[in-house]
Amino acid sequence: MKKNVFFGLYLIIGLLLVLPFVLPNSFYLDLVIRMAINAVIVLGLNLLIGFAGQISLGHAGFLGIGAYASAVLPTHFGWHPLLAMGAGAAVTGLLAALVARPIFKLKGHYLAMATLGLGIIINIALRNEAQWTGGPDGMPVPAMGLFGFELSSDKHWYWAVALLLSVSVWASLNLIDSPFGRALRALHGSEVAAQVVGVDVVRYKVAIFVLSAVFASLMGSVTAHYGGFVTPNLADFFHSIELVTMVVIGGMASVYGSVIGAVLLTAMPQALATFEGWETVAFGSILMLSMIFMPKGLVPTLAAKFGKGE
Amino acid sequence: MLAQFLQFLFSGITVGATYALAALGFTLIYNASNVINFAQGEFIMLGGMLAVFFTQAGLPLPLALLLAILVPAVVGVLLEKLAIEPVKGAETVTLIIITIGASLVIRGLTAVIFGKGTHSLPAFSGDAPIEILGATLLPQSLWVLGVTAVVVVALWYFFNRTLQGKAMLATSYNRLAAELVGINTGWVLFMSFAMSAALGALGGILITPITLTSYDAGIMLGLKGFVAAVVGGLGNGLGAVLGGLLVGILEAMGAGYISSAYKDAMPFVLILLILFFMPRGLFGGKSTDRV
Repeated sequence: MKKNVFFGLYLIIGLLLVLPFVLPNSFYLDLVIRMAINAVIVLGLNLLIGFAGQISLGHAGFLGIGAYASAVLPTHFGWHPLLAMGAGAAVTGLLAALVARPIFKLKGHYLAMATLGLGIIINIALRNEAQWTGGPDGMPVPAMGLFGFELSSDKHWYWAVALLLSVSVWASLNLIDSPFGRALRALHGSEVAAQVVGVDVVRYKVAIFVLSAVFASLMGSVTAHYGGFVTPNLADFFHSIELVTMVVIGGMASVYGSVIGAVLLTAMPQALATFEGWETVAFGSILMLSMIFMPKGLVPTLAAKFGKGE
Repeated sequence: MLAQFLQFLFSGITVGATYALAALGFTLIYNASNVINFAQGEFIMLGGMLAVFFTQAGLPLPLALLLAILVPAVVGVLLEKLAIEPVKGAETVTLIIITIGASLVIRGLTAVIFGKGTHSLPAFSGDAPIEILGATLLPQSLWVLGVTAVVVVALWYFFNRTLQGKAMLATSYNRLAAELVGINTGWVLFMSFAMSAALGALGGILITPITLTSYDAGIMLGLKGFVAAVVGGLGNGLGAVLGGLLVGILEAMGAGYISSAYKDAMPFVLILLILFFMPRGLFGGKSTDRV
């Protein structure tokens, strides 16, 4: 069983090692890089949605904080990009903790409402504070330097992101098997039962929410440096929905599902571009159909079908 | 000073009435099925867009408006039959994604059929503003408020004085118990989606002569309706109406006195504050946990 679980990780690493040598051109390399970045964000979000059973409809807002920290602090204040990235993550973590603490004492849809509100406020602030953020048009992001070595070419980015993804998958697989992960799964199963066996429900929920928000912020910084430009669209409601969709389509509470969901949905706009004008309809239909026919998501559904548990 | 305050108040309660209708829609569906219908905003948009389309097609205004309410109601019923009923008992997240998918389909189809332009509808009884203590009130605002008031009274009568209404209420309290006493809960689900879509569409039609409409107008209206429903204590009808008005007034005051650029952020700041300090909403009851 143990070997089985890590088999997927070896497969991902193998694929990542081979891909740059078989991809026909830089367009595909760019696509794979964006897939990998999204996969890491979705891994973090899935810890919250899949394992703690809580939904965040404002995750793009956290992404936005990270991305704009990496854009604004080095540009206007001359901070080192790494320091800016850390500052973004710290602010996001604080904000998430501040919001989560009172919300998690409630039940039901309230976290969805609170994160939705937070995400929209962040997005509106990014659009309005044009003297800092460039407003709706966005702003350029300085390059990321690491120990005198500048991440600039697509190849460099590819290896950096590939490493990041592999480590994140490995860490997630370990995390869900740790006492922390077990506690999370317990509280998703039955909060009361978890409480009875001594799990501090609110503390665990806050912890996982903060963790996934910080994840999003860090990856927002990575996205910003990689793209070299940020716009408030990165932080809008629709992007939050896209991220949740990646989690749900791939499979809630499935590490590999997160990766598959991110890969599929990142590729989808390219695939749907042929349906000119009908993209939104196609995207919406796919969401509905996959939820109606595969409410557990792709990976768990297939795994159940072929008799292999994850 | 007073004139300015009144002006903000008028525009606040006018748009607040639309939020109230949307919030009632959220409440109806939430009570019947525990679903937060993220497609609610699209019904508002559909109402406005269809009213524009049908009047431009030459239909007389009353018939055009009636159709602009009926078509969204049918869409609402289809949504329930095709997408919500097949996944009965699914997780909250699954249901949220389904309704978000539905909202994208409705929005996308509207853009394909009617284009992405902005449309307006002539006011029902002229544009001559009425002056009250130095502030002006559009005749259309009176339509919005009057119709909303009639609808609220009619709904109150329906839920408190008719058998069908009581059946719907009973289902929202306890579905199983309602089924046991012979209430057709499938029918209740059907009715809530139809009524909720019709309410949204009505709000959309009434407000279009004032605010204009376009294929993407439903997103913000729907989200603010959701805020209003939560402000009123999710599931509470009267709360939804008061929540809607409160959100509308606060938004108008915020835009007028604080910053018009942050107008759209006001409802969401309000909801965060309420969740922190009055977590059951302003009018919500106490909830206990059943194990």
